[in-house]
Amino acid sequence: MNKKDIMLMITMLLIAGVCYLISNLTRNENGNQVKVSVDGKIYGTYPLYEDREIDIKTDKGNNVIVICDGSVSVKNADCKDKYCVKQGHVSKKNESIICLPHKLVVEITGKNEADKAIDSIAK
Amino acid sequence: MSKDITKIGIFIALAMAFGYLEVLIPFSFGIPGVKLGVANIVVVTGLFLLKPGEVFTVSILRIMMMGFLFGNGISILYSLAGGLLSFVVMLILKKTKVFSITGISVAGGVFHNLGQIMAAALILHNRILFYYLPVLIIAGVITGSLIGLLSDRVVKTLRLQDFDVL
Repeated sequence: MNKKDIMLMITMLLIAGVCYLISNLTRNENGNQVKVSVDGKIYGTYPLYEDREIDIKTDKGNNVIVICDGSVSVKNADCKDKYCVKQGHVSKKNESIICLPHKLVVEITGKNEADKAIDSIAK
Repeated sequence: MSKDITKIGIFIALAMAFGYLEVLIPFSFGIPGVKLGVANIVVVTGLFLLKPGEVFTVSILRIMMMGFLFGNGISILYSLAGGLLSFVVMLILKKTKVFSITGISVAGGVFHNLGQIMAAALILHNRILFYYLPVLIIAGVITGSLIGLLSDRVVKTLRLQDFDVL
């Protein structure tokens, strides 16, 4: 290991730090919606502050999502690696739980009027 | 020619043995999806002992074979994206002769994770994955430096012994 290697490692860590800061600045605000999408298509949007259990059945497999006390988690899944269950609870805006084998993404969004406007233009 | 094929075969077999070891005993860091990737010792070492084309063959064939044995179609795609990107980056860095084997391995580790996240973002049609970037860069630096230090030892030992197969 020489000096330049250490410089490279420090640079990489700095980049990670900057990425973390940028993503943290945008996720400071609390989200209030849970967006579930499968294979890039929106499966459903649910309010974050209403407790419920969502049973997601697709041709790829099943996931059980639980919304409780303003946080979301995947309670059960029949995928091989179960990373989605291990990822635990998320509650802040832009946080997400991902199940790669089932192409499932659970993300927390803010109900933002500006976002909606952009969406409707894009359509 | 047959010597080259034997060499590539030995490297692939070694990489698969390491890969299998990690299937049996996962070296996990407590972050879902992050692992050490011991098999990459073979690829990093290979960069310094084999020709670039040979390392490329080793890297691709190892991923395909491990994928068919223990993974599925999608996991092969992720691994290929990571493996290809990290291979290209490591090869370029090696050609510039700026960094030692550890630095090259660190870059390889980071870009391996970057390649996988890009593949996942493409497959899932979702940019939210990039929020995992900081964690994955740090994980790449840690695993990359460990793999680099180990590979450094391997390359030095093999060169000291005048390992004539290579």
